[in-house]
Amino acid sequence: MIIYLISLISGIISGMGIGGGTILIPGLIIFLNVKQQIAQSVNLLIFVPTGIIALYSHIKQGNIEKESLSILIIFGIIGSIIGSFIAIFINSNLLRKLFGIFLFLMGAYEIYCSIISKKNKKNSLCKDETKIP
Amino acid sequence: MKDKIKLYLIGFITGIFNGLFGSGGGTVLVPSMTHFLKTEQHKAHATAIAVILPLSIISSLLYVNKGYVDWNLTLKVVIANMIGGYIGSKILNKFTDGTLKLIFGIFMIAAAIRMVFFK
Repeated sequence: MIIYLISLISGIISGMGIGGGTILIPGLIIFLNVKQQIAQSVNLLIFVPTGIIALYSHIKQGNIEKESLSILIIFGIIGSIIGSFIAIFINSNLLRKLFGIFLFLMGAYEIYCSIISKKNKKNSLCKDETKIP
Repeated sequence: MKDKIKLYLIGFITGIFNGLFGSGGGTVLVPSMTHFLKTEQHKAHATAIAVILPLSIISSLLYVNKGYVDWNLTLKVVIANMIGGYIGSKILNKFTDGTLKLIFGIFMIAAAIRMVFFK
């Protein structure tokens, strides 16, 4: 039951544009004792069907920035191969700690942006979820 | 030329984070595009999905190939996550004052502290 609850909450959060993996991965690890790499692979795999549906609607609406797309994908693929190899070959406790540091920074970023948006200020570093369809 | 170098770096760093942590690609890419490349918000979000989808497929293949996969768990998560995604996109406009970001920011920091200092 807890699996469905964590997944539902992370889905709602990602639907709102906050990034569901930041809720899903720690949720799976803390409440279900899932190994760090497994939790990460779950998050990568679930993005595939969700991403395809979202991408289809964005292509139809013409929102994709085509000029920068190919470079971002090519260099992104190089980075993701390197990143994945590190994740695969390092100790899962070390990976969990590294993920914790990354999660701390993302949490601090969300809090910073919440303060910006409460003050009704604009900041180009913060996502403005009202404009995200 | 300078913009090209920015693009190479943003793409590379997004890939590193997405592959290493299995998440966070969008959190890195969307603000980087709006801040450094001056891309409009809704375009940055749409483009981020187009970029992160192939990266996630490649990273998934590498994780699966190494045996880091639990198909039973993944299937359960997929179903509930998609229902949640639909609900989230429908209620999106009801939370614009940043309260939700604050709540989840605090949750993330609490989870982060637990993951770094406790087993």
